Amino acid sequence: MGKHVLLIEDEPNIIEAISFILSRDGWRVDTHSNGQTALAALRDKSPDMVILDVMLPGMSGYDILRGIRDDPATAELPVLMLTARGQIKDREMAERIGADKFMTKPFSNAEMLETVRAMVAG
Amino acid sequence: MLELLIVVSLGYVALLFLVAFLADRAAARGRAAWLRSPIVYTLSLSIYCTAWTFYGAVGYAARSGLEYVTIYIGPTLVLVGWWWGLRKLVRVGRAQRVTSVADLISSRFGKSTLLAVLVTLMAVIGTTPYIALQLQSVTLSFATFAGSGAEAVPPLAESHTIALWVAVGLALFTILFGTRNLDANERHNGVVMAIALEAVVKLFALLAVGVFVVWGLGGGWGATLARIEESGLNRWEVPGGRWAALIFLSAAAFLSLPRMFQVLVVENEDEGHLRLASWMFPAYLMLMSLFVLPIAVVGLDLLPEGANPDLFVLTVPLAEGRTGLAMLSFLGGFSSATSMVIVAAIALSTMVSNHIVVPIWLRLAHGGAVMSGDVRHIVLLSRRASIGAVLLLGYLYFRVSGGGAALAAIGLVSFAGVAQFLPAMLGGLFWRGASRRGALAGLLIGFALWGWTMFLPSFGAGAILSQGTLEQGPWGIGWLRPQALFGIEGLDPLVHAVLWSMSLNTLAFVLVSLMSFPSPVERLQGAQFVDVFDHSSRPQRWSGGAAQSEDLLVMAQRILGPAQAQALFQAEAGRQGLVGYLPEPSPDFLSALERELSGSVGAATAHAMVGQIVGGASVTVEDLMAVADETAQMMEYSSQLEAKSAELARTARQLREANEKMTQLSVQKDAFLSQISHELRTPMTSIRAFSEILRDTGDMTEAEKARMSSIVHDEAVRLTRLLDDLLDLSVLEHGQVSMNLGQARLSAVLDHAVMAAGETGLSLIRDRDGEGLVLETDLDRLAQVFINLITNAGKYCDAEEPELRITARMLGDEIIIDFIDNGSGIPSTKHVLIFEKFSRLRDREAGGAGLGLAICREIMERLGGSVTYLPGQGGAAFRVRLPRKVALAAQ
Repeated sequence: MGKHVLLIEDEPNIIEAISFILSRDGWRVDTHSNGQTALAALRDKSPDMVILDVMLPGMSGYDILRGIRDDPATAELPVLMLTARGQIKDREMAERIGADKFMTKPFSNAEMLETVRAMVAG
Repeated sequence: MLELLIVVSLGYVALLFLVAFLADRAAARGRAAWLRSPIVYTLSLSIYCTAWTFYGAVGYAARSGLEYVTIYIGPTLVLVGWWWGLRKLVRVGRAQRVTSVADLISSRFGKSTLLAVLVTLMAVIGTTPYIALQLQSVTLSFATFAGSGAEAVPPLAESHTIALWVAVGLALFTILFGTRNLDANERHNGVVMAIALEAVVKLFALLAVGVFVVWGLGGGWGATLARIEESGLNRWEVPGGRWAALIFLSAAAFLSLPRMFQVLVVENEDEGHLRLASWMFPAYLMLMSLFVLPIAVVGLDLLPEGANPDLFVLTVPLAEGRTGLAMLSFLGGFSSATSMVIVAAIALSTMVSNHIVVPIWLRLAHGGAVMSGDVRHIVLLSRRASIGAVLLLGYLYFRVSGGGAALAAIGLVSFAGVAQFLPAMLGGLFWRGASRRGALAGLLIGFALWGWTMFLPSFGAGAILSQGTLEQGPWGIGWLRPQALFGIEGLDPLVHAVLWSMSLNTLAFVLVSLMSFPSPVERLQGAQFVDVFDHSSRPQRWSGGAAQSEDLLVMAQRILGPAQAQALFQAEAGRQGLVGYLPEPSPDFLSALERELSGSVGAATAHAMVGQIVGGASVTVEDLMAVADETAQMMEYSSQLEAKSAELARTARQLREANEKMTQLSVQKDAFLSQISHELRTPMTSIRAFSEILRDTGDMTEAEKARMSSIVHDEAVRLTRLLDDLLDLSVLEHGQVSMNLGQARLSAVLDHAVMAAGETGLSLIRDRDGEGLVLETDLDRLAQVFINLITNAGKYCDAEEPELRITARMLGDEIIIDFIDNGSGIPSTKHVLIFEKFSRLRDREAGGAGLGLAICREIMERLGGSVTYLPGQGGAAFRVRLPRKVALAAQ
């Protein structure tokens, strides 16, 4: 039984791509694409780590990350943030709020796999 | 013979219809300049000369010698000697958008509905006999012609039939050309043109008969003058009182007859026209009266004893066997009668509809002006019904009275009736102290006296007033005898009636005005009327803070029609330095709007409608202060202060708007890069991820491979499209774009756009008539704009059954194409913002990069037009304008 990851992302093609890559590596992948209900889904699924997109409908990824860190149950959960707006201030913002890793789209599949493996193992 | 007459008459009527139709069409196409020349204006004044003048003057001369001239002297004196007063009347009428005498008086005295109703009723009572008189003259002349005898008395039934048909025909004509549209100025080009033609016909006919009589029968000027001398009709016996009364009456009637007011003030296009009219109309009257005496004298000589002198104009040529001339004369009389009835019907129906029907309807209709349906429709309908009712009244009067009374007598009764308006009218124009109560009192007393001493007795002893009442007074009260009030006997009945009614009318008006205190609105209106030449802008009366521009626009659209209302609002917004269709509801704007509306529904109603929306704060603190202070200077000073503070507020709003926009733009500019980044990176992510999967993963099914390849392909297409849009926009914004001009019908461009937009889920409502235009422009670019607007409606329209209405029309120099859906529209805060790059109404939901409207805006700018958001249409509405220069009229 592989590790469990929750992917919070709203672009269907990207969801499919990431799910495909991680599943083949033995991960159990759950997906969620609505910002507003993301925190509830997170509590429900209690994954080993979260991949979180910044631009989500309903609630931004930053707000969700704040919610994750504010909740003692998930305060330590590894979070990988994804963004398509690769500006420095976005990265700074993510790190300030407490993202463990930060990746800019587009990413290479190998990089994605390595990062995810490292985050859960470490 | 009779058949010929009918054919000629119908042919003439057809000609009138044609002239009116052509004039209306020319006006609608904006080629009305020559229609509105001072000559046409002057000729239209000739409705003063009705059948009464055409036939009756000769009869009058045969009975009373030169007295008929008084009827022409009155108007001449007014036009020549009182030119400045007329100019003031016309200026006030135009400045206040007055639609009728009733509207003028009501508007002057505080927009009083009561006064308007009173004056309207009086005008209807005073004019109905006059209309009956015209019907009678047409029937009589017709019958005379048919019988070819000087004294042919038509069978009653037949004359009723003729009168009925004439009335129906006139009603039809008036409805067709008098209520075509609710023109804000109440101008009727077609009608005025037809009337000008009729003026020429009647003058020509009368001159032709005159020439024939003098040179054909009388043996030249010398011989005719000798005959006149002999007859003694030219005796210069002037009973001073009666002459003065007659001249006064005709002068008063010239100003206050509803139909005269209609042509003189309401239909007036340009104050300057009065200059020509001031000498040309008296000249016209002189020509009309030139041959009256010769015709009377020759007629008396020629025709048997007892021949009706009222018909000499017709019977003299007939007796001489000159059928052609008689025919012309008949047409002249016909013209005189019909033109009077048409204008009188328009004037009366405007009053009845504006002051009686519409106010009642507005009161009954629940929710008032904003909530209720299409007011224009109601107003037009009520006006049409009123025209029918007015003519029906005239016809009934004709039936009941059975004709008979000498033509001139009815005319004078009518003159004296409407002359009762004069004190209130003139007092209102020249005396600030005149008050509503004074006007009411004067009108009521004058009208009552007129009714008692002139109108009721005119039916003859025993008809309404019994012989006894006439001789001994009601219930034997001697000093109330209708023709000897207060025991003053021996006066000519006409002089008696005019003297008492006018003097007591004026007295009551002045005394009650002095005793009563005018209300604030009256006082303000009074200053507007009396000092019309001093300040052309009126003091403020509306405090606009609470008013909602959009509500006002919705209401104005219902009354003025969408095009005119939008133009008005847009122009005002432009004047205030704002973009779009919603100006600040400043007091000035509200006053202007009210004036515009009053052109359609009358001052009192317009005031009430604006009041409903603004919240009834019609009298401001400043107004009350103005009442407390007698001087107008105070008022003006305070209105200047008010104007300054309004100006400041406006500047502040402009600054605030500019600042808001700058802030928004800078935020947007900042967001622009990150937006582009996001829009580009998202499809690239999928492409990279899937292409790596395809490259690195060995064991995949063909189906899986195909699916992933097609995702890569789709995302590449999406990326390309985005780049295309960006480049397009960038070129439009900064580069040189070559326009690819072509010609096509608008419908073809729209068809193409609808096809290209694909399945949108919208049901489209097209306007095939409006789309017939041929335009010359960059057709592909225009289609691009249309496609965008249609797909946007498809994406954002949130109605259960989404619907997109596309209408097209010409407005002045431009083609206007509106795209209006039935969804919930766009909030006014976003009306400007939606045209900015990457601004989407809702985040990402609807797909697309948010460049569409920005591109549309750039394209339309390049094509010399614009695309803007149109508020107040229910759903989201976009308006595309194209300059006319590139549009050619359809073949």
